[in-house]
Order: sequence, then C-alpha cells, then structure tokens
Amino acid sequence: MDAILIQLLNGLDKGAAYALIALGLTLAFGTLGIVNFAHGALFMLGAFCAVSFQKILTISKKVKDESITFFDAYKEKPYLEIWWGDTGTAIIDYAVPLSILMAIPVMLLIGFIMERGLIRHFYKRSHAEQILVTFGLAIIIQEVIRHFFGANPIPTPAPDVVSGSAAVGVFFGLNENLVYPWWRLIYLAFSLAIISAVFAFLKFTTFGMVVRAGMADRETVGLLGINIQKRFTIVFAIAALVAGLAGVMYAPILPPDYHMGMDFLVLSFVVVVVGGMGSLPGAVAAGFLLGILQSFASMTEVSSLFPGIDQIIIYLVAVIILLVRPRGLMGREGVFED
Amino acid sequence: MKKNDQTPSLNRRGFIKTAGAAGVVASAPMIFMKGAYAAKDFRNDPKDSKTVTLGFNVPQSGPYADEGADELRAYKLAVKHLNGEGDGGMMKTMKPSMLKGNGILGKKVVFSTGDTQTKSDAARASAKRMIEKDGALMITGGSSSGVAIAVQGLCQEMGTIFMAGLTHSNDTTGKDKRRYGFRHFFNTEMSGAALGPVLEKEYGTDRTAYHLTADYTWGWSQEGSIKKYTEAMGWKTKAAVKTPVGAGDFSQFITPVLNSGADTLILNHYGKDMVNSLTQAVQFGLRDKQVNGKDFQIVVPLFSRLMAQGAGENIKGILGSTNWNWALKDEGSQAFVKSFGAEYGQPPSMAAHTCYVQTLLYANACEMAGTFYPPEVIKALEGFKFDGMGNGATEYRAEDHQCFKDVLVVRGNQNPSSQFDLLEVVQEVPRAQVEYKPELLGGDLGPYEV
Amino acid sequence: MMKNLIKSNTVIMLIFAAVVLTAPIWTAPIGANYPDLLQKFAIFGIFAVGYNILFGLTGYLSFGHAAFLGIGSYTAVWSFKLLTMNVVPAIILAVIVAGIFALLIGFLSLRRSGIYFSILTLAFAQMAYSLAYSVLTPITNGETGLQLEQQDPRVIDSMFGVVVKDGLPSTNLFGTLMSGYSGFYVAAAILIVAFYISLKIFRSPFGMKLLAIKSNQTRMKYTGFNTRPYLLTAFVISGMYAGLAGGLLASIDPLAGAERMQWTASGEVVLMTIMGGVGTLIGPLLGAVIIKYLENIFSALNKSELTEIFNYMPEWLQTIVVNVTNPFVGEGWHLTLGALFMLIVIFLPGGVMEGVDKIKGLFGFGKKKSTIEGEAK
Repeated sequence: MDAILIQLLNGLDKGAAYALIALGLTLAFGTLGIVNFAHGALFMLGAFCAVSFQKILTISKKVKDESITFFDAYKEKPYLEIWWGDTGTAIIDYAVPLSILMAIPVMLLIGFIMERGLIRHFYKRSHAEQILVTFGLAIIIQEVIRHFFGANPIPTPAPDVVSGSAAVGVFFGLNENLVYPWWRLIYLAFSLAIISAVFAFLKFTTFGMVVRAGMADRETVGLLGINIQKRFTIVFAIAALVAGLAGVMYAPILPPDYHMGMDFLVLSFVVVVVGGMGSLPGAVAAGFLLGILQSFASMTEVSSLFPGIDQIIIYLVAVIILLVRPRGLMGREGVFED
Repeated sequence: MKKNDQTPSLNRRGFIKTAGAAGVVASAPMIFMKGAYAAKDFRNDPKDSKTVTLGFNVPQSGPYADEGADELRAYKLAVKHLNGEGDGGMMKTMKPSMLKGNGILGKKVVFSTGDTQTKSDAARASAKRMIEKDGALMITGGSSSGVAIAVQGLCQEMGTIFMAGLTHSNDTTGKDKRRYGFRHFFNTEMSGAALGPVLEKEYGTDRTAYHLTADYTWGWSQEGSIKKYTEAMGWKTKAAVKTPVGAGDFSQFITPVLNSGADTLILNHYGKDMVNSLTQAVQFGLRDKQVNGKDFQIVVPLFSRLMAQGAGENIKGILGSTNWNWALKDEGSQAFVKSFGAEYGQPPSMAAHTCYVQTLLYANACEMAGTFYPPEVIKALEGFKFDGMGNGATEYRAEDHQCFKDVLVVRGNQNPSSQFDLLEVVQEVPRAQVEYKPELLGGDLGPYEV
Repeated sequence: MMKNLIKSNTVIMLIFAAVVLTAPIWTAPIGANYPDLLQKFAIFGIFAVGYNILFGLTGYLSFGHAAFLGIGSYTAVWSFKLLTMNVVPAIILAVIVAGIFALLIGFLSLRRSGIYFSILTLAFAQMAYSLAYSVLTPITNGETGLQLEQQDPRVIDSMFGVVVKDGLPSTNLFGTLMSGYSGFYVAAAILIVAFYISLKIFRSPFGMKLLAIKSNQTRMKYTGFNTRPYLLTAFVISGMYAGLAGGLLASIDPLAGAERMQWTASGEVVLMTIMGGVGTLIGPLLGAVIIKYLENIFSALNKSELTEIFNYMPEWLQTIVVNVTNPFVGEGWHLTLGALFMLIVIFLPGGVMEGVDKIKGLFGFGKKKSTIEGEAK
C-alpha cells in the first residue's frame, strides 16, 4: 500500500512534467499546425533561465586561495552576501523560484521572436520541412548554451526550506516513514496551476475562444475577418512560456545541462500523440497516464515479472493505445493524418 | 595502406586469398604500392618523415564533452612536452624515462583530433579516419567503456596501438582485452578492492546495501565488484535494481529504497546519471534517515571531480574511488598540476591525467624499442615498471595490459577551500591490496602481428 | 531527341556508376578520399535511397527505420559468428530478417497515417533500442556491441577446413577482404544496383500508384482502391534497404551496437532525405554524403588546421577568417549542421536538389524538371 501510494506520487510528478511540456507542444500543434522540434530546447532554455539567474545572484568576490600557486583557485563569496548579509544569503537561497520573474519576460520574448522570425514562414510548409528547420534551430540553441555553460550539469538547488521531505505518510494516516520531497510536491502543484491557467485562459477569454475556434477550423476563422496572425504569435509565445516555466521548476530535480531538451523531446512527442493530436485535455491526460505507468513498471515486483518492461513501457503503451484508438486518447479526425 | 592487408596478415588470414583485393584496389588513387617484404613494415610507418602523428579520439559532443575537452587539453600538453616545449611536466619526474624532449625517436609529434560522440560507431569512424587519412600511429582517448572496447577491437584489426583513456569496466582489460590495447586507468575490480576496507572501517560490517545500477556493461561490472567485496566483509545486499541509462528522473527507483530496510545506497552510476540519482536521493531525504539504528549512507564507487560539480552540495561526505586527484602531493602530480595549471588556469581532471600519462608512456616505449614498429613497442610496454607519474610505483602487467598502481579512496569535501577542491583523499590504497590474478577476468590478448 | 537520351535509364545508370566508382578521385580535393568515409557514403546512401522509396513516394514519415538497420547489422554479425566469414550469406540474411521485421512493424504501423504512423514506428524502434541495450544483452552484447570471437563456431567455414590460428578472422567476399578500398567498391557496386532498383520503382506503375496515394489517399480509397498492400510493400522494401545497409556496415566492420537503432539514428536518415530533396532520386544520396562529410571531416578540424587551409590569404584576413570559422568546426560541428538544416529549408525548400535545379534553370536547360528526378514533388 505504502509503495503504491509513493509510486503514484512519483507517477503524478513525472506525469506533471510530461503534461506541461506536452501542453505547450500541443498548443503549437493544434493552433498553428507547427511540428516544433525546438520545443525541448525551449524547456532547456527555461531551466537555463534558473541557472543564469542563480549565476547573476551569486556574482562573487573572489578570495584567492594562497596555498595554490599553480593556477588561480578562489574561495567565492557572493556580493549579495557581503552587502546584505543574511538577507543576501536568503535571496540567493530562493534563486530558483525568483528566476520565474526573469523567465516570464525572457521566454515570452523568445517565443515572440521565434514565431515572427521563423515559425510563421512555415505555416504553409510541409511537416517534414517544419521538422528540419526546428530541429536545426534546436541544435543551434543547444550549441550556444553549451558555449556559455559547458556540457556538464549545473547544480540549481531548491530553497533550503523546501529541500527536505514532507511526511506524506502521516498525512494519509499510513506509515510515518513515508516521506516525499517538498519540491516535488510544489512542482506537482505548480504544474496543475499552470495547466488550469492555460485551460481557463482558453475557456473563459474571448481571445481563448478565437484560438479554440482557430484550432477547430483555421480557414473559417480567418474568413471571419479576425486577425488570426497576431493571435498565433501570442499563442506561440504562451507555448514557449509554458515550456520555459516547466524547465525553471524542473531545474532543482534535474540539474540542467545543454542536452536536456533533446532527452525530453521524443518523449513529449509520444505523449502528445498518445493524447491525440490537437487535444489539450488529451495531452494532459496522456502525460499523467504515461508518468504513472512508468513509475509502476519500475517496481521490482513488476519488472521481475516482465524483465525490461520499465525500459519500454511508455512506447509499449503508446503502441497499444494508437492501435486501439486510431487518434490517440482524444484526437479529432483529420488532424495531422495526412 | 592496402599492403597491410596483404603481407602481415598472411599468418593469420592464411586461408584468404589476398590477390583479389589487389585487383579491385588497383584503380584507386593514393595507394602506396610498396614492395614491402621486411618484417618491420607496418601501417603508417613514418619512415623518413620529420613528424609522427598521434590520434586523439575524445568525446567533443554529447554528455561527456567537458571531460573530452579536458582530455584534449592534456594531450596537447603532452605533445608540447614531448616536443621539448613548455616546462616538461611529468617528463622530468618519470622514472625510468628515455624521453629527451625532441619528439619521439627524433621526430616531431603532431596530432589529429576526432569526436567520438560517446558512440561506438562514431568513435570507430573517427579512429579509422585518423588511421587511414591522417596516418596516425597510435590512437588514444575515450570516456566510456563501450567506446573504448569498440575502438580497441578496431585498433587490433588495424595493427595500431590503442592507449585507452577513461574506461573503468573490467572488460577493457578482461574479457575484451587486446594485444594492441593498453589501459592506465583503474577498473571496477580495483575500485571494489580499494573501497571495501574503507567502507568497513567507516561504516562497520553490519550493513545492508541497496544497489542502483546503470543497466549496461559498466554498471553490471561495478555492481558485481562492489557486491563481491562488501559481501565478503559481512554486508548484506538487499536488492540490486537496474536503471535505464539516461533515465533523468530516478524517483521511481529511489522511493523503494526508503522502506526497504537497507541502510546504505550504492549508486553504480556515472556522469549525468550519477549527478541526477545522487541529487534526487538526497532530495528524498535518504541522508537524513536513520535505519537499523545507523545513519543512512550513500556510496558512489566511481567519482570524477568534473562530474561531481554537477551534484553541488550533495556530494559532501560521500565516499568513492578515483584514479588520481590534483591535490596529491607527490612530485609527479605536482609537476603535472603546475604545468597544466600554468597552461590552462585550472587543475587537470583524472581523465586528463590518465590521458597525459598514456601519451608519455607510449612515447617512452617507442624510445625503449628504438622503433615505431607496434609489436616491438607493445613488448616494451608489457611489464614496464615506472614511477613518478602521480600514482606511485606502477606496472603495466604483461598478461592483461592493465596498469597496477595505488588507488585513491576519496570523500566529497565538507569544507572546500576553493571551487576545485571538491574531493579530499581519504586513503591511498596500496597497489598490493588491489592486485588480482590476470585469470580472474579472462579474455585473450591475441597476436602481436596482425 | 537529346532529352530522350538523357532520360533513358541506361544513360543515367552509366553516369551514376561512373560517378560512384570514381569517388576516390573526385573526393580527394575535399579530403574525403579514405576508405572508411567512402564506405559510409555508399552505405548511408543505400539507406537513404531506400528510405526515400517510402517517404519520397508515399509521404509516410517513418521515424524508426534505424531499427531495421540495426537488425540487419546484428543479423550479419551473427551470420559471421555462426556460419561463415563470407559476406554473401550475411548480407542476404540481413536483408531477409530486416524485411520480416519491417513486415511486422509495417503491418501494425500502417493501420494509422500521418503523425500517428510516425510515432508508432518511433515507438517500435525505441523499444528495439532499449531492449537491445539492456535485457537482450545475451543476443546483442549490450553497450559493448556484438563482436566476433575467435572461438565462434563458424559452421560453414569449419566444414571447409578453415582454421583460425590466432586473432580474429576477417570478413571477406570469396577471398577479397572487406576492409579498405575493396570494401568501398563492394559497397559502391551494391549502391549502384540499389539505385537502379529504386529508379525502376520510381518509374514503374507501382511507383505511380504510391505517388497517387501520396497526393490523395482518400480519393484513391473512394475509387475502391485498397492502398494498404501498396504501402506495406513500399515499407518492406525500404526496410530491406535499411537491412542491406546494416548488413553492409557489419560486413565492412564486424561490430553491431544498439545505438544504431536509437531515434537519433532514425532521425538522421530523415534529415538526409529532406536535406537532399524528398522524392528526388539522387537527393537522399547527396544528403547522406553531406551529413557524413560534416560529421567526419568538420568535427576533425581545429584551429591549426584552419590556419593552414586559409594560408593563401593575407595574414590579417587569415586571422579574421580563422576566428570566424573556428566555432563551426571541431567540437562546434553540430552548429554547422544545425545552421545548414535551417539555411537549406529556408532557402531551398526542395532540398539540395532544388538548388541543383535552380542552377540548371540559370543555364537554360532542364526547363521542366531535373532529368534524373522522380516526378515526385
């Protein structure tokens, strides 16, 4: 029972990450008809917003370690700590959540530039060409990040208060030994909030209504004299923002490196397609479903029954769902089938 | 080039009629048609050339790119020193040494580089390019055992000496050992032998271990070795769970540890996997736990300083083993760190160290043999005993081409004095303690002449 | 008159064969004239030409073709281990086994179209990769890759009394070693045959039907035409091409690793095809050559070599050029790759072949469409 509860939490957490990335991807898919292979790179850029914000906060006064004469070794003390003492330390401690403030304008701007500069010229092009051009862009973004930050992962810890674990066992009245990291719970809550925000935005605003109409039938909406172009730019910027925020918040769980986007890219495509092309609820549902299944497949009880199942579960489930349900969980007919 | 496919191969490929090859190739340009009969004729013989080319095959892209970049720095430094430029580094401390600082056998050393991408296919392709196109006499490098074994096999085929870089699996000088392949780096068996007694001293004999193991050959090799030595001293192994390589999120593997009754977690991961699993294990509060009345402990059998940076605070106090550390105080290490630091403004990693040493050892073996002819160079390396290279008295064992030397047990530094001061040396485990019989790991070296 | 002559298959094949077989000469100025790279050109050329039969003709974008290449490689190495070091059975078996897998995977995947099809193929290939890397290690030797061993049975060889004294035996084609230039010529000969078959398919009624499916599958179905057998045939053929390429890879270099099946490897052939020009006959081959060239030559350049290359310039210009180009070579070769992808798609949507067409247009011939191009755009 305990093990199942914990694996369920793991699955929800994993699923939240998948769902969040898939959500942005589906927004671009469904509204703009763009297969964006650079979406993983946007996720990675978000994580690097956290990294660079942390770097900025920890710009340090370097005190040379005199015992080392062969090269310059420093003991670093951030200026913030020197100037503001404990307040400075506290600000640095909160680097990751604070970096959201930086990530929002940065990611919106990146999304805006990408759409205006590149993506919009590819609305009418074939999917293959979209894949090639966005894949090329993803590689370039990666290499630029690597140029500045190196290839090794960079530690971006969560604030001290939430770096420990919550006693979820006590909360659920189970084994008191059951704990779960605070940050992961926060990540889960954060993801749910973002997902709800995006849904609410699409559901309750006029803007969202037009976008949803555009997802259903782009041509007709265009004929109605609505400037769909401008709205597309905003939708793409929002998709970039969602990916970026997912990246920021994931940084303490997975120390960011320049390649992390590619690692998530394929998986998030599988999630989106399993959910059904162009369906936002589908993407979210598929994200959670695959996350949970992946967690359960890794349990020793399961993987000893089916060796290797934890390695392939996501793909296996994807195959089964796509064979049973022609358009994934909630896909509509005629979308991305040609 | 193609002549090599004919003459020297006759003894092992006697059944193959090589005449056909000649006909097909006759039309190809740039073929050296030498009337080669002498036994000492070999691929990429520099002959009268004023230079000799070495091939540096390192990961320049992918997860190990930073490690590869550091290896490349070390190689370039070694080339400088061999050619008599710079301060000479470990050339001055190496004993015995026939290196004169005038290149190798009087020929200036030049090099070509290649990107392994940490993939066997790409690594073999770039090694082949260096051998076939650039005329490399020796290939060296690598940051993964799979790649090292693949390139080593190729080099045996091509009759080109391979001086392995960072490769830690037993198989490199065990099951998959080759006559043309040499490894200076240590292996999982030695890690186990070195770590075992330290673990016993620090954590006692009554422990229950839980292994998380990267699901590929190196991981299995590491798990096997640690199990062997911990179980011998009385530890129990609760479970050994395989994790997919590059899993990213290890939560589903870490949570079962919490209530398993184990009090020690062994992470048989390297690189990014290690950084992620360690970071997440700490997040799950494993290090704050008390189990069976003992503090919960995490052990990372193979530590690399470059990679440890990624785990930040989380490595503090964690035990592991390493091949070499820049903070060592012996003469050779000091000379190397000084020269590397002056050149690049940072200390060398253990990967850089092993690559630098390998290059010098190859050059010295050529000097000892008085020729570049690989079989003679191999014989000079086999059983070669040396000192002053940072690991104390070392021997290249003839039976399996594995270097035997002291192994370092290290601990994540609690209070680092600088940004490079991440690992503190707990113990320099003497060579005698980590030595094993060559038969233990099996394998067959193969012939001198190919 | 002239046009008909150029259009005839024989002339095309003669030109093609001449160009391929003289590759060691004309690649010399760009530094690609060494056996390993030439072999890779030919082998990945086969892979891409075969992939184009599916993607170029039917428009079905498979993201899992590397699995067939990997399966071909494993089959070939097992043939060397169990049967004989001769490459003929190895390659034939590689093609057959890859074909069987293609039939199974194709049968299931082709029940869906569009991106659903792509993800199905991707999922199958990723499963193959993950299993080969871990659980199937007894068959695949995992990360290390499947290798030859001296004590392998090699039943057929030992029947003929061939004994390997020490070291590993070498792959051969009835005595001709497969390493070095002879390996390239064998691969080149197979490439020529493979290209000929692809040319025939492109210009056959079968090819026309595939093209019709590509342009409007629904209409084809309304006319009572069952498209799936045709699609499946194309899928299996291209899977067999991939198996052939895999078998050849293993024949020239007897080692098979799981990473050959990873999605990045499948993606590579997609990129090769799109970059060269989807649906053109020769484009995918060009794409394969360009990507392999970048991977092997650009990644090996470093600052000192750049300085040498630009030696003819005045010193100040040389310094500038070297500093500007340096980030794009060596460890930065990925940057070049990414930039190239983008530039080609933005300026030459039809891939390199469109560029070729445009140049031809400038000189006034080939008014309608390039000669050796399938009419598949």
